[in-house]
Amino acid sequence: MTDILISIFLLLGGFFALIAAIGVLRLPDVLTRMHASTKAGVLGSSLILIGVALYLQQTEISVRVIAIILFLMLTSPIGAHMIGRASVRDPKTKGSIDDLAD
Amino acid sequence: MTTQAFLELSINASFVMVMVSLAVAFVRLAIGPTLADRVVALDMMTVTIIAVCGVAAVATSVAALLDVALVLALVGFLATVALARFAERRDERRKEAKND
Repeated sequence: MTDILISIFLLLGGFFALIAAIGVLRLPDVLTRMHASTKAGVLGSSLILIGVALYLQQTEISVRVIAIILFLMLTSPIGAHMIGRASVRDPKTKGSIDDLAD
Repeated sequence: MTTQAFLELSINASFVMVMVSLAVAFVRLAIGPTLADRVVALDMMTVTIIAVCGVAAVATSVAALLDVALVLALVGFLATVALARFAERRDERRKEAKND
Protein backbone atom coordinates (compact mmCIF):
# COMPACT_ATOMS: atom_id res chain seq x y z
CA MET A 1 0.00 0.00 0.00
CA THR A 2 2.81 2.42 0.90
CA ASP A 3 4.56 1.47 -2.35
CA ILE A 4 1.58 2.64 -4.37
CA LEU A 5 1.45 5.94 -2.42
CA ILE A 6 5.18 6.50 -3.02
CA SER A 7 4.71 5.71 -6.72
CA ILE A 8 1.87 8.21 -7.00
CA PHE A 9 3.95 10.94 -5.33
CA LEU A 10 6.96 10.24 -7.58
CA LEU A 11 4.89 10.18 -10.78
CA LEU A 12 3.01 13.37 -9.87
CA GLY A 13 6.28 15.11 -9.02
CA GLY A 14 7.86 14.09 -12.31
CA PHE A 15 4.74 15.20 -14.17
CA PHE A 16 4.78 18.66 -12.58
CA ALA A 17 8.52 19.04 -13.20
CA LEU A 18 7.88 18.23 -16.86
CA ILE A 19 5.00 20.74 -17.03
CA ALA A 20 7.27 23.42 -15.52
CA ALA A 21 10.02 22.73 -18.05
CA ILE A 22 7.59 22.84 -20.99
CA GLY A 23 6.28 26.14 -19.62
CA VAL A 24 9.81 27.55 -19.38
CA LEU A 25 10.43 26.57 -22.99
CA ARG A 26 7.12 27.56 -24.58
CA LEU A 27 5.73 30.63 -22.78
CA PRO A 28 6.26 33.97 -24.52
CA ASP A 29 8.19 36.28 -22.13
CA VAL A 30 10.31 36.34 -18.98
CA LEU A 31 7.55 36.98 -16.45
CA THR A 32 5.33 34.13 -17.69
CA ARG A 33 8.32 31.78 -17.85
CA MET A 34 9.12 32.66 -14.26
CA HIS A 35 5.52 31.91 -13.32
CA ALA A 36 5.94 28.37 -14.71
CA SER A 37 9.35 27.65 -13.20
CA THR A 38 8.72 28.89 -9.64
CA LYS A 39 5.29 27.45 -8.92
CA ALA A 40 5.17 24.20 -10.90
CA GLY A 41 8.87 23.44 -10.39
CA VAL A 42 8.73 23.81 -6.61
CA LEU A 43 5.52 21.75 -6.46
CA GLY A 44 7.13 18.95 -8.52
CA SER A 45 10.28 18.64 -6.43
CA SER A 46 8.28 18.96 -3.18
CA LEU A 47 6.07 16.03 -4.21
CA ILE A 48 9.13 13.92 -5.09
CA LEU A 49 10.75 14.75 -1.74
CA ILE A 50 7.56 13.77 0.13
CA GLY A 51 7.81 10.46 -1.74
CA VAL A 52 11.40 10.07 -0.46
CA ALA A 53 10.27 10.72 3.12
CA LEU A 54 7.56 8.06 2.79
CA TYR A 55 10.02 5.57 1.27
CA LEU A 56 12.90 5.86 3.76
CA GLN A 57 10.67 6.40 6.86
CA GLN A 58 13.28 7.72 9.29
CA THR A 59 12.87 10.76 11.49
CA GLU A 60 16.03 12.55 10.40
CA ILE A 61 15.14 12.04 6.73
CA SER A 62 11.68 13.50 7.30
CA VAL A 63 13.15 16.51 9.09
CA ARG A 64 15.55 17.07 6.22
CA VAL A 65 12.75 16.80 3.67
CA ILE A 66 10.62 19.32 5.58
CA ALA A 67 13.64 21.65 5.79
CA ILE A 68 14.26 21.43 2.03
CA ILE A 69 10.59 22.03 1.16
CA LEU A 70 10.30 24.98 3.56
CA PHE A 71 13.50 26.48 2.21
CA LEU A 72 12.36 26.11 -1.41
CA MET A 73 8.99 27.69 -0.65
CA LEU A 74 10.71 30.50 1.26
CA THR A 75 13.38 31.35 -1.30
CA SER A 76 11.83 30.81 -4.72
CA PRO A 77 9.41 33.79 -4.44
CA ILE A 78 12.31 36.00 -3.34
CA GLY A 79 14.45 34.90 -6.28
CA ALA A 80 11.57 35.30 -8.71
CA HIS A 81 10.85 38.78 -7.37
CA MET A 82 14.46 39.84 -7.88
CA ILE A 83 14.66 38.44 -11.42
CA GLY A 84 11.33 40.03 -12.28
CA ARG A 85 12.40 43.44 -11.00
CA ALA A 86 15.66 43.19 -12.93
CA SER A 87 13.87 42.28 -16.16
CA VAL A 88 11.23 44.99 -15.79
CA ARG A 89 13.92 47.64 -15.30
CA ASP A 90 16.02 46.32 -18.17
CA PRO A 91 15.58 48.76 -21.09
CA LYS A 92 16.00 45.94 -23.63
CA THR A 93 12.97 43.97 -22.48
CA LYS A 94 10.84 46.94 -21.49
CA GLY A 95 9.10 46.97 -24.87
CA SER A 96 7.86 43.38 -24.58
CA ILE A 97 6.28 43.92 -21.15
CA ASP A 98 4.77 47.28 -21.97
CA ASP A 99 1.79 47.08 -19.59
CA LEU A 100 4.06 47.68 -16.64
CA ALA A 101 5.94 50.63 -18.11
CA ASP A 102 5.12 53.94 -16.51
CA MET B 1 1.56 -6.67 -11.24
CA THR B 2 2.91 -6.52 -7.68
CA THR B 3 3.25 -3.21 -5.87
CA GLN B 4 7.04 -3.66 -5.84
CA ALA B 5 7.15 -3.87 -9.63
CA PHE B 6 4.87 -0.83 -9.89
CA LEU B 7 7.23 1.12 -7.62
CA GLU B 8 10.23 0.17 -9.81
CA LEU B 9 8.32 1.20 -12.92
CA SER B 10 7.29 4.54 -11.46
CA ILE B 11 10.85 5.23 -10.25
CA ASN B 12 12.09 4.71 -13.81
CA ALA B 13 9.26 6.76 -15.30
CA SER B 14 9.83 9.70 -12.95
CA PHE B 15 13.58 9.52 -13.64
CA VAL B 16 12.81 9.87 -17.34
CA MET B 17 10.37 12.76 -16.78
CA VAL B 18 12.76 14.68 -14.52
CA MET B 19 15.68 14.19 -16.91
CA VAL B 20 13.58 15.33 -19.89
CA SER B 21 12.58 18.46 -17.98
CA LEU B 22 16.26 19.09 -17.16
CA ALA B 23 17.10 18.86 -20.87
CA VAL B 24 14.22 21.16 -21.85
CA ALA B 25 15.30 23.74 -19.27
CA PHE B 26 18.82 23.51 -20.69
CA VAL B 27 17.45 24.31 -24.15
CA ARG B 28 15.94 27.51 -22.70
CA LEU B 29 19.30 28.25 -21.04
CA ALA B 30 21.02 27.95 -24.42
CA ILE B 31 18.58 29.93 -26.58
CA GLY B 32 17.12 32.37 -24.00
CA PRO B 33 17.31 35.80 -25.61
CA THR B 34 17.98 37.91 -22.49
CA LEU B 35 20.03 37.39 -19.34
CA ALA B 36 16.86 37.17 -17.21
CA ASP B 37 15.66 34.20 -19.31
CA ARG B 38 18.92 32.40 -18.65
CA VAL B 39 18.72 33.10 -14.92
CA VAL B 40 15.17 31.71 -14.86
CA ALA B 41 16.34 28.59 -16.72
CA LEU B 42 19.24 28.10 -14.28
CA ASP B 43 16.86 28.43 -11.32
CA MET B 44 14.56 25.86 -12.92
CA MET B 45 17.52 23.51 -13.48
CA THR B 46 18.56 23.79 -9.81
CA VAL B 47 15.07 22.89 -8.62
CA THR B 48 14.97 20.00 -11.10
CA ILE B 49 18.33 18.68 -9.89
CA ILE B 50 16.90 18.66 -6.34
CA ALA B 51 14.13 16.45 -7.71
CA VAL B 52 16.76 14.23 -9.39
CA CYS B 53 18.46 13.82 -6.00
CA GLY B 54 15.13 12.78 -4.50
CA VAL B 55 14.43 10.16 -7.15
CA ALA B 56 18.00 8.85 -6.88
CA ALA B 57 17.59 8.58 -3.09
CA VAL B 58 14.52 6.39 -3.62
CA ALA B 59 16.20 4.33 -6.35
CA THR B 60 19.38 3.59 -4.38
CA SER B 61 18.18 4.02 -0.73
CA VAL B 62 21.16 6.30 -0.07
CA ALA B 63 19.99 8.88 2.48
CA ALA B 64 23.06 11.10 1.98
CA LEU B 65 21.61 12.29 -1.35
CA LEU B 66 19.15 14.39 0.64
CA ASP B 67 22.06 16.36 2.10
CA VAL B 68 23.14 17.05 -1.47
CA ALA B 69 19.64 18.33 -2.21
CA LEU B 70 19.65 20.58 0.86
CA VAL B 71 23.01 22.14 -0.01
CA LEU B 72 21.91 22.55 -3.62
CA ALA B 73 18.80 24.43 -2.50
CA LEU B 74 20.95 26.82 -0.44
CA VAL B 75 23.57 27.40 -3.16
CA GLY B 76 20.97 27.71 -5.93
CA PHE B 77 19.20 30.52 -4.09
CA LEU B 78 22.47 32.39 -3.64
CA ALA B 79 23.29 31.98 -7.34
CA THR B 80 19.87 33.27 -8.39
CA VAL B 81 20.08 36.31 -6.12
CA ALA B 82 23.63 37.14 -7.23
CA LEU B 83 22.77 36.89 -10.93
CA ALA B 84 19.61 38.97 -10.49
CA ARG B 85 21.55 41.72 -8.68
CA PHE B 86 24.15 41.61 -11.45
CA ALA B 87 21.47 41.96 -14.15
CA GLU B 88 19.89 44.87 -12.32
CA ARG B 89 23.13 46.75 -11.75
CA ARG B 90 24.48 46.23 -15.26
CA ASP B 91 22.52 49.10 -16.84
CA GLU B 92 23.39 51.54 -14.07
CA ARG B 93 27.04 50.72 -14.50
CA ARG B 94 26.73 51.19 -18.26
CA LYS B 95 25.17 54.62 -17.75
CA GLU B 96 27.90 55.62 -15.31
CA ALA B 97 30.55 54.51 -17.80
CA LYS B 98 28.94 56.66 -20.47
CA ASN B 99 28.87 59.76 -18.23
CA ASP B 100 32.53 59.47 -17.31
